[in-house]
Amino acid sequence: MSALLLSAALGLPILAAILMLFVPVRQAPWWGLGAAIIILAASCALLAGREHFGMWHEVNVRWVSNLGVNWHLGVDGLSWPLIGLTALLVVGCAAYLLDRPVQRDVRQLLALIFVLQFALVGVFLALDTIVFFVFFELTLPPMYAIIAGWGGAKRTYAARKFALYTLVGSALLLLGVVLLSIDAGTTNLVTLQGGGHGSLAVFAILAVAFAVKSPLWPLHTWLPDAHTEAPTVGSVLLAGVLLKLGTYGFIRVGVGTMPDAAADASPVIGIFAVGAIVIGALICLAQTELKRLIAYSSVGHMGFVLLGIAAGTTAGLQAAVIANVAHGFITGLLFVLVGIIKERYGTGELAQLGGIRFSAPRLAAIFGLATIASFGLPGLAGFWGEAFAIVATVQRGGGLWMTLASCAAIGAALTVAYFLRVLRQVIARPADAVQPTSGWSFGEVIAVVPLVLGVLVLGLWPNGVLSLSLGPVTQIAEALP
Amino acid sequence: MLNTVTLAADIKAPSMNYEALAPMLIVFGAGCASVLVEAFAPRAARHIVQTVLTLVALIAGFVALLFVDRDGLKTAADAIAIDTTGLFLQGTILVLGLVSVLLIAERSLTPGGEFVAHAAVAPGSTDDKKLTASVYSQTEVFPLTLFAIAGMMLFVTANDLLVMFVALEVFSLPLYLLCGLARRRRLLSQEAALKYFLLGAFASAFFLYGVALMYGYAGAVDFASIHNAVQADRGDETLLLMGLAMLIIGLLFKAGLAPFHSWTPDVYQGAPTPVTAFMSACTKIAAFGGILRLLYVGFGELKDDWRPLLIGVAILTMLVGSILAVTQQDLKRLLAYSSIANAGFLLTGALAMNKEGVSSTLFYLVAYGFTTLGAFAVVMLVRDADGEATHLKRWAGLGRRSPIIAAVMTFFMLAFAGIPLTSGFTSKFAVFSAALAGDAVSPVIVGVIASMILAFPYLRLVVLMYVTEPGESGADVHVPGAFTSAALTLGVVATLLLGVAPQPLLDLAEQASQFVR
Repeated sequence: MSALLLSAALGLPILAAILMLFVPVRQAPWWGLGAAIIILAASCALLAGREHFGMWHEVNVRWVSNLGVNWHLGVDGLSWPLIGLTALLVVGCAAYLLDRPVQRDVRQLLALIFVLQFALVGVFLALDTIVFFVFFELTLPPMYAIIAGWGGAKRTYAARKFALYTLVGSALLLLGVVLLSIDAGTTNLVTLQGGGHGSLAVFAILAVAFAVKSPLWPLHTWLPDAHTEAPTVGSVLLAGVLLKLGTYGFIRVGVGTMPDAAADASPVIGIFAVGAIVIGALICLAQTELKRLIAYSSVGHMGFVLLGIAAGTTAGLQAAVIANVAHGFITGLLFVLVGIIKERYGTGELAQLGGIRFSAPRLAAIFGLATIASFGLPGLAGFWGEAFAIVATVQRGGGLWMTLASCAAIGAALTVAYFLRVLRQVIARPADAVQPTSGWSFGEVIAVVPLVLGVLVLGLWPNGVLSLSLGPVTQIAEALP
Repeated sequence: MLNTVTLAADIKAPSMNYEALAPMLIVFGAGCASVLVEAFAPRAARHIVQTVLTLVALIAGFVALLFVDRDGLKTAADAIAIDTTGLFLQGTILVLGLVSVLLIAERSLTPGGEFVAHAAVAPGSTDDKKLTASVYSQTEVFPLTLFAIAGMMLFVTANDLLVMFVALEVFSLPLYLLCGLARRRRLLSQEAALKYFLLGAFASAFFLYGVALMYGYAGAVDFASIHNAVQADRGDETLLLMGLAMLIIGLLFKAGLAPFHSWTPDVYQGAPTPVTAFMSACTKIAAFGGILRLLYVGFGELKDDWRPLLIGVAILTMLVGSILAVTQQDLKRLLAYSSIANAGFLLTGALAMNKEGVSSTLFYLVAYGFTTLGAFAVVMLVRDADGEATHLKRWAGLGRRSPIIAAVMTFFMLAFAGIPLTSGFTSKFAVFSAALAGDAVSPVIVGVIASMILAFPYLRLVVLMYVTEPGESGADVHVPGAFTSAALTLGVVATLLLGVAPQPLLDLAEQASQFVR
């Protein structure tokens, strides 16, 4: 049963990708939406048999025994929220493409999205260091193709930059996991958990690899270009899920397997994380283009996730988990909305936009909701992660951590500042600004509604995710010295 | 009269284990028969007869190989060692040789095939133009290929330096000729042949000089005696080290390792593409088979002397190959530099000095061979009026005009770039982890960096095919004939299978990593 459920969650996206190549072009997005919903159902089926500790479902068979690699997959409370998030965002992406003309064959785009989903789910399911790397690396080709094939004017440059950073990151990741596995004599992430192997050097290699993906300032410079040039669905998946590979890897492979080294390195990670929060916010204040601004805002938000990881307590890691999921929903929603705004108004320049409140009140309302959720208004999804991360940092105590907590709080305030600036500019300012060319389409509604619900539910009932992840997170936090 | 009788009594004919030699004898015999076909078969029937003869000989050789005793034995006065490594390499050469022959025999892409109509006619002359446009073609390429394959098979099982040298020449000389046989751009092709020949002659001279010095040191040329002499530490060490250096230089040249790599791009570009494919797959196997045997069997005791040096060579090769690949504008040159870098990866595995080192190198040779044969097969399909269109610009927009061929090429490029679930990832992973286990950390670090750099030229081709708008100078994609289709299918299937389920071949390679001395 376990094997069946896991195979369905991992295998269905690949089947969907193949199916996409054979369906008629006109109905392709409908087929895509149907497939995405089935995959979502398969992902939810994994919830059956959930447990507080340990793996809900696990498969472990020999794959390449000469190299000591096992096909070892499993799902627990740490990975399931991200699998669910991925499935939901793919549904949103397929819906967004419903009645939208795309510049090239939409079937190929959908197929690539499903291939990407396959790789992403594989990363979250992997319980073998090498299998983890295999799927981590497999995310590159489809994402690269989505940016390079359906992106904006500077897509080739952006795709190349994305590939360069990702390849450097994955090379370091490979080096790190191989060194760790050779040292420990096993590639099994379950037995590796709890520590006793690796060294500070190995942890540092892995940390840099994950920091590139997260991305952690100052390794973030690939992100704005990739996001800005990617098509809307690409940006949604890039910000919504791909960045989480870095933070998930940090928790599962970095902190989980080498707690001692992680504890030694935590002040450094914390300093960089706070740097990301403050600097990300300052950069956002200076942005003039909406999509680029949202892209940069991810740097700050992922900074909070990493600050929670650096704090290393149960509260801190829980903050990282919930902030991860919340950022996926909020930023996914923001990118969908920016895509809609840019399409209706023909521009994303803040100076040219204005008065959406008058010309498109519903769009303005949802955009406002996403924005205030993003800067962490209590009661919405973004709040819990940021608040817990700062609380956990304060709880660490001592001069350094208190300073970090205060700086992070200042960064949070700056986040409010730049988002309010956006709101005033885009929504409130009564303007002779450009007028919309169209209203809501069915696909847009289908794409937006689940994400809005996600933002609200996660804000009002964070326990939904936190209770799932409490078991594994406690185990990891207890192993930390 | 009396004299001859005593001589005959003095020299005892060495005992031959014909069963163990059967694969080589079949291919050599077929090569001779192929020459006779050239002489006696009617012109119209030659191509078909030669193709069938060659394919049957290679298959028969492979079948005979399956029946050879796998316990490891030495025969022909200990000059030939039929051990599991040798058998694995011979089998690989036969299989990849067979795929190459499929490409060589292809005639449906262009009238008369890829090979020169009449090698003796001066390039560019009126006769030459007339012949190039006709379907007329000579078929001497088949016996040459058979001799080259047989020579490679002998080379990887040679157990003494003289046999090794003879085998080196037996497979090199046909290759020099094959390089000069392109039907179009004949001057480029002949230039490549001449360059390869001159530099190859130098390398052979180095090798032969090394053999002489080694005889001076050990008083014998077989690996067992050399090994014993090194172990007993008798003889002049200067002779030993100089001899070893010269032998290694000869082999580095054949394998295309820096700093002896500079012939590779020119020869790969000028040679007819099926021959380039053959060289990049099979010559590499033979060269690395020779390197493995020389280093592990003959000079294993001296590894502290040669290993640091060869680690430097591996690092240099990977860097040169990968960095220069980035700047290439011609696809065949790009693949040439990629083959140089891959030689560096292979050497990294060979330097692990453990069992995994040998088995991962063997696995890499098979995986790389299939992928590179497939990639060159695609190169053969993209053509314009002047033959193959190898300039990268001509590949722009190929993804729209022929999505299947572009997808196949993309798959090969992803495999070259070492993306998981392709054979490229498994093989790189295998050699790097063997090298790490063998404490060769520095080449692995450089190797990982080099494979990152290498990903860019491959990705660039993919982007060109799918993203770039096709210019007016876009080339046509020809429908592959039966032979090319078979080769392409084999390449794709092997690249995928060795990436998804590499276990059987890894097991085989592990069992095969057993030398006899």
